[in-house]
Amino acid sequence: MNNDFAIETVKLTKVYGSGNTEVVAMREASMRVRRGEVVALLGPSGSGKSTFLTAVGLINPPTSGQVVIGGRLVLDGPHARTNLSKFRRQHMGFIFQKSNLIPFLNACENVQIALQLNGRTRSVARRRAMELLDYLGVADRARNYPSMLSGGQQQRVAVARALANQPSVILADEPTAALDSHRGRQVMELFAKVAHENGAGVIVVTHDQRALDVFDTIYEMEDGVIRPSQAAVPAE
Amino acid sequence: MNLAAKDIRHNLGRFALTTIGVGMLLMIVMGMGGIYRGIIEDATLLIDRIGADLWVVQRDTRGPLAEVSRVPSNLVYRVAAVPGVATSREFVYHTIQREHEGQPIRISMLGLSWPTDKGEWLPLVAGRALRQNHFELIADRSLKLQLGERIKLGKETYTVVGLTANMISSGGDGIACVTTSDAVAIQFDVAGEAVRLEREARRARGERYDITSQQPALLEQSQKPSAELPPIAPAQMSAVLVAVAPGHDAEQVAATIAAWGDVTVHSRDDQCALLLEGSVDKARRQIGLFRVLLTVIAAIIMALILYTLTLDKLHSIALLKLIGAPNTVIAGMILQQALMLGVLGYGIAYALGQRLFPQFPRRVILTQDDLLQLAVIVLVISVLSSLLGIWKALRVSPNEAIA
Ligand SMILES: Nc1ncnc2c1ncn2[C@@H]1O[C@H](COP(=O)(O)OP(=O)(O)OP(=O)(O)O)[C@@H](O)[C@H]1O
Ligand SMILES: [Mg+2]
Repeated sequence: MNNDFAIETVKLTKVYGSGNTEVVAMREASMRVRRGEVVALLGPSGSGKSTFLTAVGLINPPTSGQVVIGGRLVLDGPHARTNLSKFRRQHMGFIFQKSNLIPFLNACENVQIALQLNGRTRSVARRRAMELLDYLGVADRARNYPSMLSGGQQQRVAVARALANQPSVILADEPTAALDSHRGRQVMELFAKVAHENGAGVIVVTHDQRALDVFDTIYEMEDGVIRPSQAAVPAE
Repeated sequence: MNLAAKDIRHNLGRFALTTIGVGMLLMIVMGMGGIYRGIIEDATLLIDRIGADLWVVQRDTRGPLAEVSRVPSNLVYRVAAVPGVATSREFVYHTIQREHEGQPIRISMLGLSWPTDKGEWLPLVAGRALRQNHFELIADRSLKLQLGERIKLGKETYTVVGLTANMISSGGDGIACVTTSDAVAIQFDVAGEAVRLEREARRARGERYDITSQQPALLEQSQKPSAELPPIAPAQMSAVLVAVAPGHDAEQVAATIAAWGDVTVHSRDDQCALLLEGSVDKARRQIGLFRVLLTVIAAIIMALILYTLTLDKLHSIALLKLIGAPNTVIAGMILQQALMLGVLGYGIAYALGQRLFPQFPRRVILTQDDLLQLAVIVLVISVLSSLLGIWKALRVSPNEAIA
């Protein structure tokens, strides 16, 4: 396996339910994401994008196939090959469409917690959290609880948290759905910037056609099958 | 970062109400234990205060504090004659329920054997001991009588001259002390009409004997007050209390008296033990049962509260797992909340109890041991009740954070 790949999935298949209710959400989905590469995953509703992303995120193990992160086999079918929660907190950042934040922690603490779970001291975590919030333009909202933040502000705090531990993998499921196109584009550009700067592999599930030029590679998913997009491949 | 505290701070109102609820529940558990201690304390305190070495009571009875005991009043003199007896005094004790100023009042009447005993040994908090052998009364504070207040018992009116604290019968009624003769008068108070009827009946019975027609004076005699009739025994005492002279063995004195066929002798410790395993025992077991039930209920309620607190946080818990929080962090958060609930509840129980228990009709005594024991129980049920929530939290998949 090539160490240049931040993310590598090998023939991921996911079957939900059994018998009459059996749904094959993902069929032999394979994808390679280099370090520093930003990938968009498009596809109609129900095509299995979230299933794929959660499998890569080690929170929804596939029925079969492997997930290799940074050259290391972490999921072999449904079997964990390492401590998944530890792996997640050290190497992965997540952003989802909504309710990303812990309601009883304020913006700063929501970022801090990810750092402290990773063993940073309180003061170090706090400083870094404030830096990130500042970077994302929500430092003035650091002491606000999520319920007091707008959708876009919440999303930026979530991005700050996802970036906090300088993860090698960033996974985002429709992160810009709650944002206007300008803010959405900003977030996408931010991913690209972080990926390029830190050498992280980024997969973004999106419906937003307008920001596709930000991405290095575009995949499409349909009926659980992933293939490179026929659509406008951005000029590099 | 203390997640448990942050979560509580964010839902402070609800947590506060919950804690107050748990605190009140624990206060009742605490109070139950205190009432139990109070019952024991009251029972033994009375026996200790009365301070007799030996109790001479009606044969085969457990003594006047536990049941009805009747001994003839001349027993005092028989006992006094036993070698090794320093003093023997009469003991009259019975509970009455009368009406005073329109309110029912239950009093345990205790007779002091005037003039040897004027009640100086009583724990007086106001007023004085008895100064005359009639119509004075020393009442316990719990009877809510005032110094100088007059109360009609039987045919006579008694003046409250002294107040005591914590002189409570095993039934929880306040004790009032009068002289033995007053106590007997109150106990055997009979309506005038009843006395007249009794005398008539005596005369009628007498008329059936030939001797009364030969000696009519006898018939006239029988109509006199019963106290003036030599063949009729004077009113009876409840017991005779013995103080053993220094240098004499109480057991030996007891053995001598116990050899008489009409009485039973109890030592002071016997009296305490009999009282505790007799009349107090039922109260003890009932309260014990209540305590256990309330503790179980408190545990169940706490478990349900923690479970619902956890249910409300499931999304946050899934999110925490998603960002890689280990199970120990999540279990720790719930356990800490359980302990906070328990500890704060206990504190509230204690604080409330300090204010409310003195208002309880029965004495509530909180001993260090009982408080410590309850604290341990609360900690244990806090931990146990958090298990349900922890179990639920650990089963949450991080995947649910996305749903
Ligand atoms: N937990 C589940 N149990 C059973 N079926 C599921 C489950 N989760 C998803 N599915 C099914 O798997 C298929 C893929 O779902 P998935 O959520 O991955 O789609 P998606 O591409 O993310 O759709 P959308 O764009 O609407 O978010 C769908 O048919 C869905 O009904
Ligand atoms: Mg989806």
